[in-house]
Amino acid sequence: MLRASLTSVLGRKLRLLMSAFAVILGVAFVAGSFIFTDTLAKSFDGIMSSSVGDVVVRPVGSGDAFGSTQTLSGDLIAELEKVTGAAGVAGNVTDYSTFVVGKNGKLIGGQGAPGMGVNYTTIPSANNNVMFELTQGSWPTQAGEIVLDARTAKTGGYAVGDSVRVITAGTQAQVTATLSGTAEANGSLVGASMVIWTTAQAQALYQGGENLFNDIWVARADGVSQEDLRAAVAPVLPAGIEAVTGESAAAAAQSQVQESLKFITYFLLIFAAVALVVGSFIIVNTFSILVAQRMKELALYRAIGASRTQVTRSVLIEAFVVGLVGSTLGLFVGVGLAVLIKVLFGVVGLDLSDASLVMAPRTVVAAYAVGMTVTLVAAYLPARRAGSVAPVAAMRDDITLAEGSMHRRVVGGLALAAAGAAAMGAGLFTQVPKPLIWLGIGILGVLLGVALTSPLVGRPVIIGLGMLYRRLFGTVGVMAQENALRNPRRTAATASALMIGVTLVSMMAVFGASAKVSLKTQIEENFKADYLVSNAIGSDFSPSVGDQISGIEGVESISRVRWGMGEIGDSTQWISAIEPDTYGSVSTLDPDHDATVLPALRAGGILIARERAKSDALAVGDRVTVTLQGKPFDVEVVGTFARSATAPSDYILSLGDWSANGGTKADAEVYVLTAPGADVAAVGAALDRVVADLPTVSVKDLAGYAAEQAKPIDQMLTIIYALLGLAVIIAILGIINTLALSVIERTREIGLLRAVGLSRRQLRSMLRLESVVIAILGATLGVILGVSFGIAIQRALADDGFSALRIPWLQLVVFLLVAGLVGVLASVWPGRRAARMQVLDAIAAE
Amino acid sequence: MMNNAGVTESTLPEASEGARSTQASAAAPAASTRGLTKVYGSGDAQVVALGGVSVDIFAREFTAIMGPSGSGKSTLMHCAAGLDAVTQGQVFIGDVELTALKEKDLTALRRDKVGFVFQAFNLIPTLSARENILLPLSIAGRKPDQEWFDRVIDTVGLRDRLGHRPSELSGGQQQRVACARALVSRPEIIFADEPTGNLDSRASREVLSFLRRSVTEFGQTIVMVTHDPVAASYTDRVLFLADGQVVGEMREPTAERVLEHMTHLDTIKGA
Repeated sequence: MLRASLTSVLGRKLRLLMSAFAVILGVAFVAGSFIFTDTLAKSFDGIMSSSVGDVVVRPVGSGDAFGSTQTLSGDLIAELEKVTGAAGVAGNVTDYSTFVVGKNGKLIGGQGAPGMGVNYTTIPSANNNVMFELTQGSWPTQAGEIVLDARTAKTGGYAVGDSVRVITAGTQAQVTATLSGTAEANGSLVGASMVIWTTAQAQALYQGGENLFNDIWVARADGVSQEDLRAAVAPVLPAGIEAVTGESAAAAAQSQVQESLKFITYFLLIFAAVALVVGSFIIVNTFSILVAQRMKELALYRAIGASRTQVTRSVLIEAFVVGLVGSTLGLFVGVGLAVLIKVLFGVVGLDLSDASLVMAPRTVVAAYAVGMTVTLVAAYLPARRAGSVAPVAAMRDDITLAEGSMHRRVVGGLALAAAGAAAMGAGLFTQVPKPLIWLGIGILGVLLGVALTSPLVGRPVIIGLGMLYRRLFGTVGVMAQENALRNPRRTAATASALMIGVTLVSMMAVFGASAKVSLKTQIEENFKADYLVSNAIGSDFSPSVGDQISGIEGVESISRVRWGMGEIGDSTQWISAIEPDTYGSVSTLDPDHDATVLPALRAGGILIARERAKSDALAVGDRVTVTLQGKPFDVEVVGTFARSATAPSDYILSLGDWSANGGTKADAEVYVLTAPGADVAAVGAALDRVVADLPTVSVKDLAGYAAEQAKPIDQMLTIIYALLGLAVIIAILGIINTLALSVIERTREIGLLRAVGLSRRQLRSMLRLESVVIAILGATLGVILGVSFGIAIQRALADDGFSALRIPWLQLVVFLLVAGLVGVLASVWPGRRAARMQVLDAIAAE
Repeated sequence: MMNNAGVTESTLPEASEGARSTQASAAAPAASTRGLTKVYGSGDAQVVALGGVSVDIFAREFTAIMGPSGSGKSTLMHCAAGLDAVTQGQVFIGDVELTALKEKDLTALRRDKVGFVFQAFNLIPTLSARENILLPLSIAGRKPDQEWFDRVIDTVGLRDRLGHRPSELSGGQQQRVACARALVSRPEIIFADEPTGNLDSRASREVLSFLRRSVTEFGQTIVMVTHDPVAASYTDRVLFLADGQVVGEMREPTAERVLEHMTHLDTIKGA
């Protein structure tokens, strides 16, 4: 029996490979996401372990968040040098918003990866490593000299001796320095650019000229362990300063990085799930058809004494082989996918080109587990049906498979869809906790329910198209429609695969269009300033920019906004700070309550978005602990506001509290209001001149701001479309597979048609029409579901700033047209195969 | 259920006697082959299915092709009907040389000038009996001649079954639908490949009687491959094939004479 199964697999290589394709793509996503995140984590490992000292002395809590700006006094260095076992001590100044401008005037990096500014120190990092190795020139020795990492120098077109422009978020927005040398990092910088100053320069730029450091490294003498040294250092430290070993500091930093990169894994795994769900439909279909075609053969096995179980198992063994091959190929494709993502990350600035791919054992296990499970589970039903074939069928000419009751399937599907709809309703209209989860589960239920009932639900669509076909294409059209109806289950399963993809795409289209409209409306309503100066690359800029703007003639007032990560109670949150006195004149925070809410934001107060206050169980008058840079302080909730596209964050402090408690001194946004009667355009030109040398900063008016804010939505949609496109490709392969198998099944029928005079062209057009029926069916159901889901999601998020609903009809019509085109394309290969059949062979075929 | 065919086995040969003798001599061949050779495989595995066969099929005649298994009778029919490519020689239907036609023209020729009845699987399962009968016409985009359609339907006795799908028809009914389909486009020639091979004797009689009537009453030309002497007795002329050669011909065959001849052929072959 085993040999029979294997021979059977080999005999159907192409067909099985096509169904394996779904497995391949699903597994590739799983493997690719794991490989990529492992690679990413590993590429950080190198730099992480060489960017700590044997013992790191730092302010308590500064290790908890990336890019801490807490400082400690340089006076401590002298104390630490006296500790026994310390071979060397050096203070580090580290800044994460220092960018190099290339010779061509373009900013280097600045998308995702930080631009770093550090001071040059002479002591080694942990375990006698060096963080940087000089490759050219010399280390900076005096003010006005810098060293760049070799890649940044090369990208910028700088050679030793050149004058380099550096943008900082410190007190000086722009610094020009001479390149004294280049250095190579020990480990990948992952796309970050590195500017190395003398300690004095770094302190002047980032610490206001004071003798302050972000942390201090203590190198150990020979024979002293990191832990021993740490224990020796600890007693010397004043309160609020801690000493940690390099190993634990590196480990903590690594786990932070991994934590922050997890979203990539989840993101990719979601698409893996979509691919596998869609794929399982194709697998069920392929095996059903293969089993149907082999009925006689299987019946013969039964007749000569094979048991039901043996027949079932023989089909499952085929599935096993398909799963095995699919998983293996998927693993390879996954490697390719990881490379592709690596390249894509490189494009947006996270350069991983010198990191080699990491294939962890877990990745391999997960790939095979997922691939095998999905294939075997999907093939189980057809396999069981194969076992139920009666031995006598071997002797009959016309055998049809006892298909499981359609009734049961439809009832089950309806129940599932109804339950899903109920869950969606609960999420939308009732006060359940976590309404979005209810909505999500409901959507999943409706989607799968409709997929199950689609043989029934799809009938009207097929019959409708059939009437059109009869009119347009005559008998060929009638036959195409009848063929699609001939096996409703098969058509439905094939269409369902496409339906899922189209549903998700349509849902995202509705959601994306609504989000953009909401955003635009809110910005138009709330934005009251004439200009907004803000960071173009997600990195703060020097407050000196705002100072200069204040001095421009015609500028009446400016309003600064700063933000960063901090803690509210125990949870890490995005917190911002505004100037309550001026903010109201440049932007509306809450259209209905601005008059009362803004003035309420005084020192010691915090504003919280209404939805957030609800989920945090906070009310006006409550006190809450805010932690910035590891320093906690208490504030009172003084008001709530509506979430909108223009509100800087869910938690808003006054700028005074922010600065007094260690919040960043760099600005994120500066709103500009012109004086009455001033020439607005002239002010704009003056603003442009201020930021002309600062590629990190840009000036925009309302329209420019709205366009800039809409851009990430478009980018996000593009990525999601691209990934969902893969689900659609799987679905197309499903149509090809189903058609190709149907063609083989109908070989004699096709032979007959050809014998009585159906031309090859007519035969192809018959298959094309059948294919289009399947594609349009899937797309129609998909668009209907997708629009419903999109509306539901918009409604659910209406209070979170997605206030407007927009259904992109044109886009949806395009989806349907594309689906039709997909149908046409999917039929090309099966059609060609069918047309190539020799009439006589087809007639004689058994 | 087929009594409306109204023809019985015993009365039929007599009824057509006169018509046959005149037609055979007068008419030009409806189809012919010249030096038709068909070779399968190559090298050592080469099998000569037809070794230079030259035959004429006369118009308005019912011709049977008989021979033992492997004699090449089906191959001859397939080549003559343009279903199979020939290795050498010429095939004509009317004055059109099939061997010179391209695939596209061959398809059009099959559609417009040739009718087919196969042993099994003659009908498209998704189409009704009426749609199956009209299939060649609708493929060609031609309108059926309603009068002729009615006449054919009444002759095969299927009027009350037109809306049914093949799965709802008996084997005999299915073959009669196939015959009606072959007739309705008024082809120059109908090729029937063992049309009664899958039928019981009663259904066979119905189908054969109907084919006979088509020749007698409508002047249809029919070529039928069969191994059944009884079926052959319905025809005007029997061509005997053995080992890829025409080895005999019989006019006004009866079942007994055909059986005798076949036995003789087997003896020669066996010897």
